Amino acid sequence: MSSSGLQRRDLLRGLAVGGGLLLAVRFSPSASANPAALVASPADPAFAPNAFVRLATDGRITVIINKAEMGQGVSTSLAMIVAEELDADWSKVGFEFAPADIVYAHPGFGIQMTGGSTSVAGMTPGLQQAGATARAMLVAAAATRLGVPAAELTTESSSVVHAASKRRVGYGELAEDAAKLSVPKEATPKARQDYKIVGRSTKRLDTPAKIRGTAQFGIDVRLPGMLTALVAHSPVFGGTVRSFRADKAKAVPGVRDVVQISSGVAVLADRFWAAKRARDLLEIDWDLGEGASLSSDGMRADYERLSKTQGLVGRRDGDARGKIAAAGSKAIEALYEMPYLAHAPMETLNCTVKLDADSCEIWTGTQFQTVDQGAAAAVAGLTPDKVKIHTTFLGGGFGRRANPKADFVVEAVEIAKLAKAPVQVIWTRDADLAGGYYRPMWTDRMRATLDAQGGIESLACTVVGQSFMAGTPFEAAFVKNGIDSLSIEGVEDTPYAIPNVEVDLHTTKVVVPTLWWRSVGHSHTAFAVEAFLDELAAKSGADPFEFRRAMLKDKPRHRGVLELAAAKAKWGTKLAAGRARGIAQHFSYGSYVAIVMEASIEKGKPRVHRATVAIDCGRVVNPDGVVAQMESAIGFGLTSALYSAITLKDGRVEQTGFHDFPMLRIQEMPSVDVHIVTSDEPSTGCGEPGVPPVAPALANALFALTKKPIRRLPIRPEDLRA
Amino acid sequence: MPLDLEVNGQRLAVDVDPTTPLLWVLREDLALLGTKFGCGAAQCGACTVHVDGRAARSCVLPVSAAAGKKITTIEGLDSRFGDALMQAWTEQDVPQCGYCQTGQIMSAAVLLKDAAKPTDADIDVCMSGNVCRCATYVRIRSAIHRAAEIAREGAR
Repeated sequence: MSSSGLQRRDLLRGLAVGGGLLLAVRFSPSASANPAALVASPADPAFAPNAFVRLATDGRITVIINKAEMGQGVSTSLAMIVAEELDADWSKVGFEFAPADIVYAHPGFGIQMTGGSTSVAGMTPGLQQAGATARAMLVAAAATRLGVPAAELTTESSSVVHAASKRRVGYGELAEDAAKLSVPKEATPKARQDYKIVGRSTKRLDTPAKIRGTAQFGIDVRLPGMLTALVAHSPVFGGTVRSFRADKAKAVPGVRDVVQISSGVAVLADRFWAAKRARDLLEIDWDLGEGASLSSDGMRADYERLSKTQGLVGRRDGDARGKIAAAGSKAIEALYEMPYLAHAPMETLNCTVKLDADSCEIWTGTQFQTVDQGAAAAVAGLTPDKVKIHTTFLGGGFGRRANPKADFVVEAVEIAKLAKAPVQVIWTRDADLAGGYYRPMWTDRMRATLDAQGGIESLACTVVGQSFMAGTPFEAAFVKNGIDSLSIEGVEDTPYAIPNVEVDLHTTKVVVPTLWWRSVGHSHTAFAVEAFLDELAAKSGADPFEFRRAMLKDKPRHRGVLELAAAKAKWGTKLAAGRARGIAQHFSYGSYVAIVMEASIEKGKPRVHRATVAIDCGRVVNPDGVVAQMESAIGFGLTSALYSAITLKDGRVEQTGFHDFPMLRIQEMPSVDVHIVTSDEPSTGCGEPGVPPVAPALANALFALTKKPIRRLPIRPEDLRA
Repeated sequence: MPLDLEVNGQRLAVDVDPTTPLLWVLREDLALLGTKFGCGAAQCGACTVHVDGRAARSCVLPVSAAAGKKITTIEGLDSRFGDALMQAWTEQDVPQCGYCQTGQIMSAAVLLKDAAKPTDADIDVCMSGNVCRCATYVRIRSAIHRAAEIAREGAR
C-alpha cells in the first residue's frame, strides 16, 4: 500500500478533511441516468465511507474523480476501478469531480494534478481500497440485517447475497446501516480472475452529456451579475504596459471598466462581444523589453551553433565523443529541429472567479487544482482553504492547463479583485495561441559511428532548448546538477544496445514561456532518435525494423510492440506503387508503443493512409479507452508533424488562428489499427505514450519514398522533393 | 431595437447590438450553452448551428442576419436524424474532451438530411470544417455511417 503513496490514513480521514461536506451524499433520487446531472445534483444523506465513493439509498453510486477529465477517459476508468471492488451494478455508477483538497492529491507528486499519464497507475491502489472497504462495510451491515456471519455472504451487481437462504439485499437498502459502521483499516482487493468490469471495454460515462451539449466546461459557467473580461496581452513576451488610453474602448456600449493588471489591460463588459470590440480599440503603449528582438530564425541559428559545442553531460557510457571524433568523416551526423508548439485546446483558456472579502470561488477546467488554489490565494490575500476550486470538464488540456505559474487563474483573480463583480475571463483564439507556455523549441544534434557489422557503435546526442521547470517549485524534483530530466528524457534512457552513448544538454534562457505538452521531452527526443535510426539503417544497408530489433534483444517489451506492429502492418510485404511504410517505437510513461505508418506523397504533400499501433501499457482497465487514446495520439501527432509551428518575428508570435496554426482535418485522418499487448504487469500510461512515435514513423515512411531524410518539423514541401 | 428570432421552434425577441455574432446571443441571452466558442473566425466548427436547415458558423454570423430565420441548436436537434446521430455517437463512444462534438453532430445532421447513404467522400466534404483536437475523426466517420443506417432503418 505504501508504494501507492496514497496514505490510507488520509484516504480514510477524507471526510474530516473535507470539513464534513463529504458526509452529504450529493445525489438526488430523481436524477436521471445522465451522469452530468449527477455532478450538479443536490444533497441526500446516505453512505460515504471515504472521499472517493458515495452510495445513495436508491442504490446510485457516485465515484469522486480527483483527476481532470480532458478527454482521456479518466472519469470512466477510475469509476470502473472503484465499481469493480464494490461489486457494483455498473448501470448505477456515476461520477462527480472532486473539489481541491489535499486528500485528492496525486499519490506521487503531493499536489492535486493530472499529468504524466499517471492517473490509472497512481490511483489504482487507493481506489481499490476505497471500493473494497466500502464493500466490506456493506457486507457487515447485511450480516447484521440477515443475522448470518459475514463469511457466508457474497456480493454481486450491487447486492449482498446469502446463498444458503437464497436472500439478497440491495446496496441502497444497506446504505444507512453501513454509514453507522466504523471504516475498516484495510480490505482485500478482488482477485483479477474475478473481475467483471475492469479489463472489459466500457462505454464512457460522459458521452451522453457531451453529445447533448449539457456537459459543463469552464466557459459554460454562468453566475448572476457576472461580467465577461478579455485581456490585451503584451504583443511581445515580457513586455509591460507603459500607459494606455481607453476612451474608445469605454465608449462601446456594455463596457463597465478597463483595468490594468500585471499581464496587460483587461476590459470588463456585460457581454463577450462588447468586451471583444472594446479590447480591440484599446490604445496601449507597451514597454516591449528585450523580447522585441527575438526571431525564430535567429534562435534556430543560435541553437545550431550551440549544438556544435558540448553541454552538460546527462549520460555517458563508454566514449561516444572520442569514437565519433576518431571516425572523422565516417561519422554520421544529422541535426533535428523542432519548433515551439501551442497546445491549442478546442476550448480556449478561461476562468471564472467570484471573490468576496473572505472567500474566493473559482470555476475552471484545470489539471492543477491545488497549485491554482495556492496561486489564487496569494493574489486574493486569503489562505488556500478559503479558495474553493470547482473543476469543470476540460475542452482539452494537453498540459496547458497544468501551469506551475497558474497564469490564467492568477490573471482572473487579479481582474476579479478590481471588478467588484463575478468575472469570467475568456481568451480569444489569437490570445490563446500567442499566450506562450509552449512546448519548447528544440534542436538535437545526433552523431553516430557504425561497427563492422553495421550496428551502432556509438551514439551522441546534444540537446538544445529551454527548461520550464527552472524557477518553479518543481525545479528540485526535475533539475539535477543543472540538467532538467524532462529535456533529455527519451534519449538519455535509450533502450537500444549501443556500447558508447553520450547525451548532453544546453539549457537556453529565452523570454518565451514554455511548458509540458502532451508527451513533454519525448515529443522531441523520439523524433531525433527514431528518425536518425532510419538514416543509420540506410547507411548500414539494414531494414529499419530488423535494425531496431537487433538492438532490442534484451528488451522484451520494446521488442514485443515492435514485432507486433510490424506483423500487423505486414512489414516487408509489397505495397501499391508510390506508398511506403515507416516504423518507430518509443517508451514513455511506463508504456511501450510502436507504430507503422503507411504514406505516400500526393500533389507534393504527405498523405497518410494507415497507422498500425501496438501498445503495451500493462494491465488495461478500459481496452476501448486505450484504443481511443491511440487514435487520438495519431491525429494529434500528425497535426504537429505536418502543420504546427509557433514562430516569432520581432518578438511577436506570427500565428493568430487555425489558418496559420492548422489542425488535422477529417479527410487527412488515416485509418488506425490498435493492438494491445496482453499483460499482467502493473498499469502504466496511455494518454501520452502514443504521441512520440508518430512523427518519426511518418518521417521514416517519407524517407523510404524520397531517400531524403526528414530532419525538421513540421515537414515542408521542399523536404519531400528528392 | 429588439430583433425577432426563432430558436428551436420558439419565437423570441432579443435586444442586443445587431453585430453580435449569433453564438453569443445563444450562449449569453438564451442560455443555450451546447453551442461552443472555438475560434471566432469560422475555422473550427465548434459553433455550428442550423439556420433554415443549413449548417452555419454562429461565431461569425451577426444575429441580425439570423433574424426571421429558423435557428436550431444542439438542444433542439430532436429529429429522426438527431436521434440517429445520438445513438450512433453513443455506440461508437466518439467524444474525448467533447468540446467540439455538438458542432460535429450539427454538421453531420445536415449531411444525413442531404444523403441517405453518405460516402466517405461526402463525409470529407461535409465534415472538413469541423476540427477535433483530440482527433476523434475515425469514430466520427464510423458514427456517421452508422447513424445513416439507423435513420434508413427508421424510415422503412
